[in-house]
Amino acid sequence: MEGLTLSEAEQRYYCDLFSYCDTESTKKVASNGRVLELFRAAQLPNDVVMQIMELCGATRLGYFGRSQFYIALKLVAVAQSGLPLRVESLNTVKDLPLPRFVVSKNEQESRHTALYSSDADNPASYSGVIPPPPGRIQVKKGSVSHDTVQQRTSTDQQESTSPVVSPQQSPPTSPHTWRKHNRHPSGGNNERPLAGPGPFWAPFSEAQPGSSTSSDPIWSGHSPPPHQENWVSFADTPPTSALLAMHPASVQDQTTVRTVASATTTNEIRRQSSSYDDPWKITDEQRQYYVNQFKTIQPDLNGFIPGSAAKEFFTKSKLPILELSHIWELSDFDKDGALTLDEFCAAFHLVVARKNGYDLPEKLPESLMPKLIDLEDSTEVGEQTGEVGYSSSPAEAPPSKSPSMPSLNQTWPELNQSSEDTAIVHPVPIRMTPSKIHMQEMELKRTGSDHANPTSPLLVKPPDLPEENKMSSSVKFTPGNTVTDGYSSSDSYTSDPEQIGSTVTRQRSHSGTSPDNTAPPPPPPRPHPSHSRSSSLDMNRSFSVTPGQQQAGVVAYPPAVPPRPQPSQGAGPHVHRPVDAEGLIAHTSTSPQQIPEQPNFADFSQFEAFAVSGVNKEEEDEIETHSEVLQVEKPSDSASSLRVAKADGRVEDKAPANVPTSAAKGTTPLAPPPKPIRRRLKSEDELRPEAEEHTQKTGVIAAVLASQPSIPRSVGKDKKAIQASIRRNKETNTVLARLNSELQQQLKDVLEERISLEVQLEQLRPFSHL
Amino acid sequence: VLVSVICSPPQNYPLYIRSVPTENELKFHYTVHTSLDVVDEKISAMGKALVDQRELYLGLLYPTEDYKVYGYVTNSKVKFVMVVDSSNTALRDNEIRSMFRKLHNSYTDIMCNPFYNPGDRIQSRAFDNMVNSMMMQVC
Repeated sequence: MEGLTLSEAEQRYYCDLFSYCDTESTKKVASNGRVLELFRAAQLPNDVVMQIMELCGATRLGYFGRSQFYIALKLVAVAQSGLPLRVESLNTVKDLPLPRFVVSKNEQESRHTALYSSDADNPASYSGVIPPPPGRIQVKKGSVSHDTVQQRTSTDQQESTSPVVSPQQSPPTSPHTWRKHNRHPSGGNNERPLAGPGPFWAPFSEAQPGSSTSSDPIWSGHSPPPHQENWVSFADTPPTSALLAMHPASVQDQTTVRTVASATTTNEIRRQSSSYDDPWKITDEQRQYYVNQFKTIQPDLNGFIPGSAAKEFFTKSKLPILELSHIWELSDFDKDGALTLDEFCAAFHLVVARKNGYDLPEKLPESLMPKLIDLEDSTEVGEQTGEVGYSSSPAEAPPSKSPSMPSLNQTWPELNQSSEDTAIVHPVPIRMTPSKIHMQEMELKRTGSDHANPTSPLLVKPPDLPEENKMSSSVKFTPGNTVTDGYSSSDSYTSDPEQIGSTVTRQRSHSGTSPDNTAPPPPPPRPHPSHSRSSSLDMNRSFSVTPGQQQAGVVAYPPAVPPRPQPSQGAGPHVHRPVDAEGLIAHTSTSPQQIPEQPNFADFSQFEAFAVSGVNKEEEDEIETHSEVLQVEKPSDSASSLRVAKADGRVEDKAPANVPTSAAKGTTPLAPPPKPIRRRLKSEDELRPEAEEHTQKTGVIAAVLASQPSIPRSVGKDKKAIQASIRRNKETNTVLARLNSELQQQLKDVLEERISLEVQLEQLRPFSHL
Repeated sequence: VLVSVICSPPQNYPLYIRSVPTENELKFHYTVHTSLDVVDEKISAMGKALVDQRELYLGLLYPTEDYKVYGYVTNSKVKFVMVVDSSNTALRDNEIRSMFRKLHNSYTDIMCNPFYNPGDRIQSRAFDNMVNSMMMQVC
């Protein structure tokens, strides 16, 4: 741009025109379409137009940028005033009239008829309101009288073309103008219903008055106040002269008059703008205005306007409370007592329409529907995911490895569904703990759900499972009470956790992170965050190392301890639980072998069995559960390590490991069982270390068991704990029994293999010599 | 025959009354008024639990009139009362409950409206529409 200086009026006018031509809002106008129409409307010979285009540089660029457009407009004015087209003339020519464009009147005229009449009054009122610059008023009046139709049309045109102007100028003044006009009896003015809201819309009209009545851009497409468009008289008529005359005056007075005029115009505009084609459609200018108004109340466009602020704001519009209330009902889409930007625009638009005399609809029109739906959906989803995420976080709190990732992933979708359906966070967290323990818990849950928890889905019951495990583990401590009845001992569990300590914690956290976190209150004395069994086991071991009584107390929280001597005998009968018939049988079968040790070694043997068998069967889950319990109870590190290793191990691998261990079965029965079950899922390689652990564990377990009987129990909680522990013990028993049988079987298999291998070796030996 | 009334605490003056067959409205007003006492009784009797889904007053009114009056109280002691014709046996308890729930939801929406002053009569068109549709369903 060659340093084009424009007067205010010109600035505004050009801006409006540019916006008008900038249909695609790309800030640059192609040299066709509306621009051509505009230039044609300028009634200039074609060669002049070409010259203009050349001068402004549009031909060079291929399109009209804003500056080029402005230059072109100025050149048009120059041309229209008869001056030679020169680049220098752009700045040298002073007091150049604004370019005039003749535009055909369109249907808008008909619409604005009514408005026009009202508008005609406006100028008069304007003058009454504020002493407008004489030139302007006269011009307006003159224009009004002369070119009613044209004005309307031009106003429309102007409005459409000057969308940009108003926003630029008005927003800041609107509140002020608003107040100013409040004094005026605009509210009750039928003729100018918009008078009241005038100041309201001052910003809108600002552009117009300033730009010598450029129509309020807001209502592009609507009939702008007729009197306003005079300055940009598309109509090539007397208004032009008036324009010229008022131009200098208007420029100066625009500011002053603007507010006044704006008020009026806003009124008119509002009236006019009350939607014609689509009564409720918000035009861009209007939207821009609304947005600006929104900003004055709430700077953050994504934020809300609280109800009270909105009430104040809309009360200014002088609409009756009843109608405002109705507008609110229509526009507050999500019924939250606050207005988002969309809601606010809709409400504003309704107020404007009402002010213009349009009746409020019964339902919110489509075009005013806030696009909240997506937002709501996303928020809802976000919330859900948030919940899920949140719930899962606690689950992840304990450092967990991810052996159970696959299971997690599987369960995740379940959780998501459930959370979406029920908005319950619980299920999700459980899955989040990708730890071995989690895997075990998963198994436990599965087994538990199969057995004891028929009702709740795994998700819901996770807390029970860990609880049960813990319970059973605690029970185990106490001596083979395996009175566990499935995993229903959640109640007793709660009492146990405290004693169980880390192990319990571990289980709990895994089982379902959320349920655990929410349901069973982790026992305070949970020293370790129960990350892995091993850690918990360590704790157990430490516990066991400490006075057995303590351990016993902790472990054998359930009063099952006292009857320890009995469990050995009771184990048999307990074993006969329907759940694990096989286990029972196996248990009983094994029991005779270790009857003497059963009271203390019931678990041990089971552990051994577990370790040996490597449990790759369904029962392993239960066994693991029990073994977990056992492990928990038994502070044997080996057990924990076994478990850990077990996760990856396989039964076969365990078998060889178990073979040696089985030899040492007598001593370390406890350690293996729980681990093998878990290990099942883990690498087999770890079985070997498990075997070693078995021995360790058994030792520990033995110690624990020995200490169990001496565990004192408080009577108060005994009953509950006892029952729970009984249930757990029973469950554990069955699991262990099963595990034992499985391990025995594996042992046999392994032995057979060994024999066969030895035979082969011998067969090959002679050949080696050869 | 269906009459819905919303009464607000503390004086229990009605915020909203709507009856479907609009004759005998005065009688219904009286009925509702008398039932308010019963509602208050129930509230005080229940103690903590404030949300009373419904009350069945088969014997409250004159036997000849044979109305059933249902009550519903919100946590803020706003009472909703519905008078239903006993001859309308098709109306089950669940439906009454759902109607009360709808009323309660709409009432909440009205409360959210900043232009509504608590204690004013409810003059919302949306609310009227909702109540009308509800009552049309029944009758």
